[in-house]
Amino acid sequence: MTTRTVLLFARYAELLGAASVEVEIAAGATIADLVAALRALPGGASLPANPVVAVAHAKADAATVIPEHAELALLPPLAGG
Amino acid sequence: MFLHQHPLDLPTLIASVASDDRGAIASFVGVVRDHHAGRTVLGLEYSAYGPMAEQRCAALVAQAETTWPVRVALAHRIGPLAVGDAAVAVVAAAAHRGPAFDACRWVIEAVKTEVPIWKRERYRDGSEAWVDPTAPAGVHPTGSAT
Repeated sequence: MTTRTVLLFARYAELLGAASVEVEIAAGATIADLVAALRALPGGASLPANPVVAVAHAKADAATVIPEHAELALLPPLAGG
Repeated sequence: MFLHQHPLDLPTLIASVASDDRGAIASFVGVVRDHHAGRTVLGLEYSAYGPMAEQRCAALVAQAETTWPVRVALAHRIGPLAVGDAAVAVVAAAAHRGPAFDACRWVIEAVKTEVPIWKRERYRDGSEAWVDPTAPAGVHPTGSAT
């Protein structure tokens, strides 16, 4: 297991009460595994089942294996413009 | 830099893409509106995933400049804004108006769907909400677990 930091923004940061959280994930874990770990945190049950996750600033789908060292972020529905 | 803490300056953006061979300059300015979903908006606050937002904005500008014979300027406000403040500005300059209009429209639509920026609105009744274009009500109340 490794500890990974996940950046949170806007409504999701509010739901989990922090601008970032740390989660334990296994080697070879996917985005879906990461989301499951986040949803198990206090407040995490309010996250949608399939939130958008960015890996190294690019959207990643649920089956993507999480690369080492890449920055991870959970993105609420976008509302710029 | 595409994200700005300070008021946007349209003339500066226009000057950044104007040139003697570009006879058409199209611009779009998104302004903070005083209402949303039947409620009176007093102001709002934009936040962003800064590094990704900068990267996405640069990619959108590059894509527009590859797709059309244009030069594009793009700027988005971050932080607290009042009704009437310019929130986003797109300027597209081309030899002729067709590609200028097309690129300008494409960039603003892409900003809305691609750039990680979020908007928290403040209403006259004292409440606040996160704007969510994908939610049925268009917003999520703040500080709520639902």
